[in-house]
Order: sequence, then structure tokens, then C-alpha cells
Amino acid sequence: MANDTEYPIRVDKVFKSFGEQKVLDGLSLRVHAGETLAVLGRSGTGKSVLLKVMIGLHSPDSGSVRMLDQDMATLDSAQLIGVRKQLGFLFQQAALYDSMTVGQNVEFPLARHTNLSPQDRLSKARDLLASVGMEHETEKLPSQISGGMQKRVGLARALALDPKILLFDEPTAGLDPITAGEIAELIVDLKEKRKMTAVVVSHDLHTTKRFADRLILIANGAIRAEGSFADLEANHDEFVTKYLQNAA
Amino acid sequence: MIAALACCIIGTAVVGALQNAGLRPDASSLKASLISGVEWLGELGLFCGRLLRAAIKPPYEFAEFIRQCDSIGSKSLPLVALAGAATGVVLSLETHASLVRFGARSLLPAVIVFSILKESGPIIAGLVLSGRVGAGIGAELGSMKVTEQIDAMEASAVDPYKYLVATRVLACIFMLPLLAIAADFCGILMGWVANALTDSISLRLFLQNGFKNIVFSDFIPSTLKTAVFGLIIGVISSFQGMRTKGGTEGVGRSVTNAVMLSSLFVILSDVLMVRLILAVFPET
Repeated sequence: MANDTEYPIRVDKVFKSFGEQKVLDGLSLRVHAGETLAVLGRSGTGKSVLLKVMIGLHSPDSGSVRMLDQDMATLDSAQLIGVRKQLGFLFQQAALYDSMTVGQNVEFPLARHTNLSPQDRLSKARDLLASVGMEHETEKLPSQISGGMQKRVGLARALALDPKILLFDEPTAGLDPITAGEIAELIVDLKEKRKMTAVVVSHDLHTTKRFADRLILIANGAIRAEGSFADLEANHDEFVTKYLQNAA
Repeated sequence: MIAALACCIIGTAVVGALQNAGLRPDASSLKASLISGVEWLGELGLFCGRLLRAAIKPPYEFAEFIRQCDSIGSKSLPLVALAGAATGVVLSLETHASLVRFGARSLLPAVIVFSILKESGPIIAGLVLSGRVGAGIGAELGSMKVTEQIDAMEASAVDPYKYLVATRVLACIFMLPLLAIAADFCGILMGWVANALTDSISLRLFLQNGFKNIVFSDFIPSTLKTAVFGLIIGVISSFQGMRTKGGTEGVGRSVTNAVMLSSLFVILSDVLMVRLILAVFPET
């Protein structure tokens, strides 16, 4: 049996419901170290909930989630903080703190979890913002920059603590094709430079193809199809075929 | 009998307010209202437990606490001072005619000082703050909740209860007594101004007459009780903000509930604390 270092993300038979609505229905998956997994599916099929279960923002009703060899359900708050420091999360709407400037947003995790001096924090925040092409916007508030820029800043903030795993929730949603392409390029760049394990939830099949090593297609809270893009294209399941045709 | 009547009034008011707060909009029966009220209290208990753990365990967020003291305290000062001043003027004008009628005009300074120090100043500060700060905290935390900023904070391995909630609640607890003192000061000063317009009385004489029979037990308990008001305002408005659901409409609902419930609980707690203060300091 493969060990946890080979699979930094292991989700086993996870069930999650909100009231009467079943969102995850016994979903299981494993992600190899250094692999980028794309999670596809229709709206409301539990893709974002899956990411939030992985980072411990939602608890599964049953089943287990192991991140970096830690069972998320059994961790106390201090241990959970320890694991979360090694995870980066890019939210669908970036979720930047709107009372802080762009620079302060990126500095925020550094100020809380590192012993860097204020100058070093500022310098690291500028480097991170430069890596996403936002070094000239450090003094602006999130409300003063575009949605695409907010996503870039969110990515810089997610990278602040040098995470081992990155989770992306719809990184290109609501963006024009050029900006979506730029975000996809950033993810490809990250993959090549940092060799991080990543899970990307997306609707955007076109950009997903550029960075995903493997894709899974979720329907009704469970995995309907899995494999490379070629594997999915070769799948004759009616739902998979319809999804790929409409996504194209 | 009085206690039973008070419990009945408080119980009815709380159930009604919780129902009005939309905690169970579809609940039509008393049973459903009571169940939703109990659920709300249970959630509030869990919230308080998490808040307490976050507030006690280091590290402490001193910088954010100071920022909140500024936001809650110094930025509320003009409003509280104005409300206190208006209360002093109204007390002076209203009481003057009554005391003249009973031939007790010379007691006016004492009536104003007693009234403001023991009740008007603290309750005015509490109610003004429950409006201004309750709405502010409810709206800020509510909008952070619906835009996933609080989730983002948790994902960044920062406890939002420590960074956002504990700092706001502590700032309310620390700043309310100071603001109550400001309301007392402005109320007494403007009470004298209003009095001086009708009767020729110097500030010195006004203060001498007003404070002649005042002892510390008149001032300290009534001022310190505002720390409890601060606790109530901070906890209730943070709780409503952190449980916001449903986009901007949900934020609006949270703000309304934060202001309404914190004002209600400030008034109810005042009833209990006045009774408690009278029991502990019977001579007052």
C-alpha cells in the first residue's frame, strides 16, 4: 500500500450534506506528490465543498481526509493551524481583506507565522507580488483593482508561507479569456518552478488542459470519470460526453 | 411577585425579539419560537466558548486590539458626548419646572448629577454604542463572512475568533466605561449651562451642590456596569456578524439583529445590574 508521502492528499469515502442536500456522496481520491489534479463538474456538484473539506473549513459527515499525513478530523486547533500553514488556498472571488492594502494582504500570513522583520516581510511580499505581476499595486485597496488582479494577489497571498499543497477554487471563473489565460500561465509556471501538489476546481476545460496532469469529473457528489484529457474523451458515458461537448 | 413579573416580561420580550430577528421566519407557533430561541442561545453559548478560548490563549493581537479601541472608542466619542450633553440639557429643562413647582429649585444640581452619574450617562453610552458599534461590527464581520474573507483567514491558519472577534469584544469592554465617563462629563456640564440660563448659578456652586452627597459607590458601580454593556454589544454583534448567511440581504439582516438584540440585552441587563448594585450597596 502506498504511503502518505507519496499521496499528500487522500480523501476516503467522504460524505457531506447540508440539511437535506447531499453534496459529497462517498467521494474518494488520492493526489500524487507534485501532481496537479483538475476537478471538473457542473455547478452545485460539490467541487468547492471538496476543497473546503480538504482544508478543514467544512467537516465531513463521514469518511476521512488526510492532508500531508494528518487526519484533518482528529486535529486540535493548534495542529490544524500547523497543517494549514503548509496549504495555500485561492478562493473563487480571491477573498482579499478589503480593509487592507494589496501589500498588507500578502504580508498578513507572514506577520502571523514567521519571525521576519517588518522590512523582510515587506520585501518578501513585494517579491511574491512581483511573481504574479502585481508589484506596482501594493498600496492599492482590493476595491481599486480588477477581478483578475485580485486573483493574482490572492495567489501571491496563498504562496506567502511556501505551501506544499495549493488548492484553487475556480481560478479563472468570471475572467475574460486573456486574463484567464494569464492565470493559467501562472499556475503552469508555479507547477514548473515549485513542483507543488495542486488541486484545481474549474469549469474551464480549455485552460485546465494546460496545467492538469489528471482530471476528475464529479457528478452528484461522486467521481463519474477520471484520467487524462484523452481518457475522458475516450469515455463513452453519456454524462461525460455531454459535459465535454458543452465545455468545448 | 415582582421577580416573577420581571421574568415574564423579559421572557416575552426575548422570545418576541428573537422571532422578529428572523431566527425562524416561518415559525408561527410559540413552540417553534421557543425552539429557535433555544437553538440561538445554544449557538451563542458555543460562540462564547470559542471566543473565550481564543481570548485567553496566546499569542495576543495587541495591534488589532488598539486599532479596535480607536475605532470603537475615540471615533464614538463625539456621538456619545453629544448624546450625553443633550441628556443633561433635557434633564435640566424638564426637572427645573417640576422642582420649582415643589419649591425645591436648589436641588436641581443634585438631581442632574445623581441622575446622570447613576443611570443616564451609562445607559445613554450603552445605547448609543449598541447602535453605532453594533451596526459597525455586524456589517463588517457579516460582509467578511459572505465574501469568504473569514474562510480565507482560517485558510491562512489565523483564528478569526482571536483576530476579529476577541479584539472587538475586548475593545468594547474597555472603551464603554471611558465613554460613559465622557457622557457623564458632558451631561453634567450642559446640565449646568441649561440651568445657568434660567437661574444665575456659577459652575463652582453647581458642582458643589451637585456633588455634595455623592460618594464613590454612586459613581463606580454604575460606570463599571457599562463594561458589561460593552461585553453584550461586542458579543451579540460579533455573533450576528459571524453567522451571516445569504449575501448582502443577509448582511442587512445581521446588522438589524445586531443593533436590535444588543440594545435589548443592554436594557435588560441594566435592570438586573441596577437590582444587583442596590443589593450590594444598599445605602446607595
